[in-house]
Amino acid sequence: MRTIYHPLLTLDELLKMDERRKNDGFYPRIKIGRIIRPGERGKVVIFPTTIEEKFYHDNRDLSNEEDQTSGGSGEGEEGDVVGYIPEEGQGGQGRGSGSEDHGEGTDAYELGKILAERLKLPNLKDKGRKHLAQPKYDLTDRNKGSGQILDKKATLKNVIRTNIALGRLTDPATADMSELIINPRDKEYRILSREQQYEAQALVFFGRDYSGSMVGQPSKAVVSQHLWIYCWLMYQYERRVDTRFVLHDDAAKEVSTFEDYYRRAASGGTTILSLFKYINDVVNNENLARDNNIYVFYGTDGDDVGGNDYSKVLASEIEKMLGYSNRLGITIVNHRTTSFGTNLESSGLLTKYDQLIKVDSFDNTVTEERLREGVRKLVS
Amino acid sequence: MQLINQHAKRIMEECKVKARAAGLRFGDETLEYIVTNRQMVDLKPRIFIPTLYDYWVHDVETLKARGSYQVFPHNAYETVVNTRPTMSFYNDNNPDWLNVMIFYHVLGHIDFFQNNVMYRHTWSDDFSGQALADKRVIAGLRSEHGRWLDYVIEFSRGIDNLVGYYETLAELNEERSGHPTKTDFFFDTFLQNIKKVRQSEYLRYLDLYNELISGEQGEQSFFREVTEKYPELGAEFERYIKERRARPSDLLEFIMENSTFLNRRENEWMKEAIVIVRRTSLYFQPQIRDHILNEGWATYWHERLFIEDDRVRGNEVKYAKIHADVTALNRMGINPYAIGMRLLQHIEDMAEKGRYSYDYQRTRSMEEREKYDLHTGNGTAFLFKMREELNDFSLISRFVDQEFVDRHKLFVAGKRFNSDELRWEWYIKSRKAEDYKQMLIGQLYHPPHITVDEAETGETLSLVHHFEGKRLVPEYIPATMIGIEYLWGRPVKLKTHENYLEGNEERWRHVIYTSKDRKVTKDIGKHVSPEVESWFKSN
Repeated sequence: MRTIYHPLLTLDELLKMDERRKNDGFYPRIKIGRIIRPGERGKVVIFPTTIEEKFYHDNRDLSNEEDQTSGGSGEGEEGDVVGYIPEEGQGGQGRGSGSEDHGEGTDAYELGKILAERLKLPNLKDKGRKHLAQPKYDLTDRNKGSGQILDKKATLKNVIRTNIALGRLTDPATADMSELIINPRDKEYRILSREQQYEAQALVFFGRDYSGSMVGQPSKAVVSQHLWIYCWLMYQYERRVDTRFVLHDDAAKEVSTFEDYYRRAASGGTTILSLFKYINDVVNNENLARDNNIYVFYGTDGDDVGGNDYSKVLASEIEKMLGYSNRLGITIVNHRTTSFGTNLESSGLLTKYDQLIKVDSFDNTVTEERLREGVRKLVS
Repeated sequence: MQLINQHAKRIMEECKVKARAAGLRFGDETLEYIVTNRQMVDLKPRIFIPTLYDYWVHDVETLKARGSYQVFPHNAYETVVNTRPTMSFYNDNNPDWLNVMIFYHVLGHIDFFQNNVMYRHTWSDDFSGQALADKRVIAGLRSEHGRWLDYVIEFSRGIDNLVGYYETLAELNEERSGHPTKTDFFFDTFLQNIKKVRQSEYLRYLDLYNELISGEQGEQSFFREVTEKYPELGAEFERYIKERRARPSDLLEFIMENSTFLNRRENEWMKEAIVIVRRTSLYFQPQIRDHILNEGWATYWHERLFIEDDRVRGNEVKYAKIHADVTALNRMGINPYAIGMRLLQHIEDMAEKGRYSYDYQRTRSMEEREKYDLHTGNGTAFLFKMREELNDFSLISRFVDQEFVDRHKLFVAGKRFNSDELRWEWYIKSRKAEDYKQMLIGQLYHPPHITVDEAETGETLSLVHHFEGKRLVPEYIPATMIGIEYLWGRPVKLKTHENYLEGNEERWRHVIYTSKDRKVTKDIGKHVSPEVESWFKSN
């Protein structure tokens, strides 16, 4: 029986309880939310969240999003601009689709673990290249006479061996153990020793089309999916995950923070090739493929410049990328046929490298469940 | 969590003396606790009632609040709980002078809770004690029924925003003033709802009443006249009183009384949980509805009393900074402390100058209006009257005027998309008082009006959502319906309406949702409902 002052249910307990609802014939109710702290080393915090569904008035306007109003005060004429609205879920209020950090990713790791369990995401069988990690000290060496922990079994063997050598122990069945001589050198200890370790680590390139057509929901969907993938990799690589963020419109550029990666928008055209070329150059110039397991995840709405030569060059850059990356996951926020989608299909890469390249497509009205489903598709 | 020390308690008692001298009224006993920020975060999902019943949603909200606190640490100066004796929670780290200010603010809240008639149903309750008793009941039920108790709580909470709050207040009012008189019944119910007479007929009876009431036999002669035309009036009145006493005041009560599922012997325990959910919701209804007035009243008094208090000396600058943080009118957004306090100050000023008068309203010259000052000496008394009788809606709809909007440079901000810069922006949409008032009213809490259609209810529970120009949130309807079906034990039907676009034109239509065997279906009516049509005509 639970006491009157019951302890708070943990996240695990709440999720298990939520699973049971299905057996009882009711919808699950708990979702995993996350908050990011704006800034370069922003921390991802996860928590359960739920909505108590009731009959509420719907204040959303059907026809015109511009009908929303709020209050304000101060100088200005009617029509004057008084402020800008950050994209929903962006860093200003710290809510939304997340951030990553390089030093304190504990919560992202936990989220990855939950994701892997709840979405039944696969575990990586081969984590690829390993490199020399920080040395570790362990009680793996032995020393006679002094040390950290006495190895009783080994010590007893030494004592018996010494006493047999001295002729003090002839018949082990009738031996009086209290009569045995103990040489201090017979005492054998386990001592700390410096051990070399090899660990796998991942480097993830997150790429996003930030051209004019990606403003709003498409960006939100892509970034949301990228956050889930980052958490999954954090879990798979035991937190040893580094990230690079690349945006492109006509040209690719790298940004240092997740916040920039999410917030930035540009009004230019779209040349998807620029992103693949940029990442290939970076990997080549910095020799990143030697020590890292490289993953590339990219999101776009699929609109791209065309031309025969262009599609050939694009295919060759993608193929170059597939030569060093463990996975290339592409999200296309568009259901209709797009020039990028057509280029991908016609390149034959999707069948030739079907284990390395995965594509997920959906439209603007995607739900969170569908996004997570897409994550499974991209990482499986 | 511990009680404040004797030194701080002495400060509180001194504040009480000064607050009473200024006209505030409240009970002698109060409890003040020091809590850590973590405790404050943990208490919030339980509406700051430490003894509130256990329920998994509280735990979810607590974990969420803790997560949020990690990223955005914040803390409230104080929190007041409306119970007997009133409890209030404070941070550990306030200096004495700040405590004085905070205590005045708290006393403002206590005065409001204990004198505003919208809280009448809470006036005699030690809700914290009641909550502890409820918590024990819930714990006992959980040990016997496990997660099924949580389902009952969940489904009851699914409709706990439809509790009969105003019905409860009306009932209390009747208890104080006696049940509705025959006169009330005749004018409010008989003529309007039963006979549905035309307006001219109604006014004729009103004139007749006014004419005869001053006569020797007053009401008697009036009813003699009326009974000649309506001999059934006496019987109707008796039936009305009888039915009124027996009628459930909301959906939860109706279900508890009429659900065959809940009234089975093995399910009767569920009603204990539903009663607790309903009672808790009812208790907090007024607080949801008066954020602006309640916070405005407390802020008004902490400012007024603290400035007059000697203990502000030497701390004026620090006080000014903290006070400005709380009461600044933001460039964008609505700060209830700021709007509430300034609106009350505006009302006091207007009443003091005698501007709530026909004479002032008739004055058209701006110069004369600005000079208009009768020095009535009634400003503060007028405010106390407001505190007693209003909630946010009545305060805003009656007192937000152009003078107030102009004085504080308020505006309604609109949202639009800037296609050059590819981002949404806020702009000044209107500085008209009527627009500002409508914007504020639009942001107030207003649950949908949903009642049981008793004539149609049999096997199937039939609910009607009355049209107020808004549809229900469609995503939440299925889960809520399934919850009601569980409690009712049989199918449930909801008649509502929804808007849709035909081209660019917004149209309305009837919609009927039915929940049967935990499957919710939706039938769309083809025609715009007459109810909707009539609403549009009358607006």
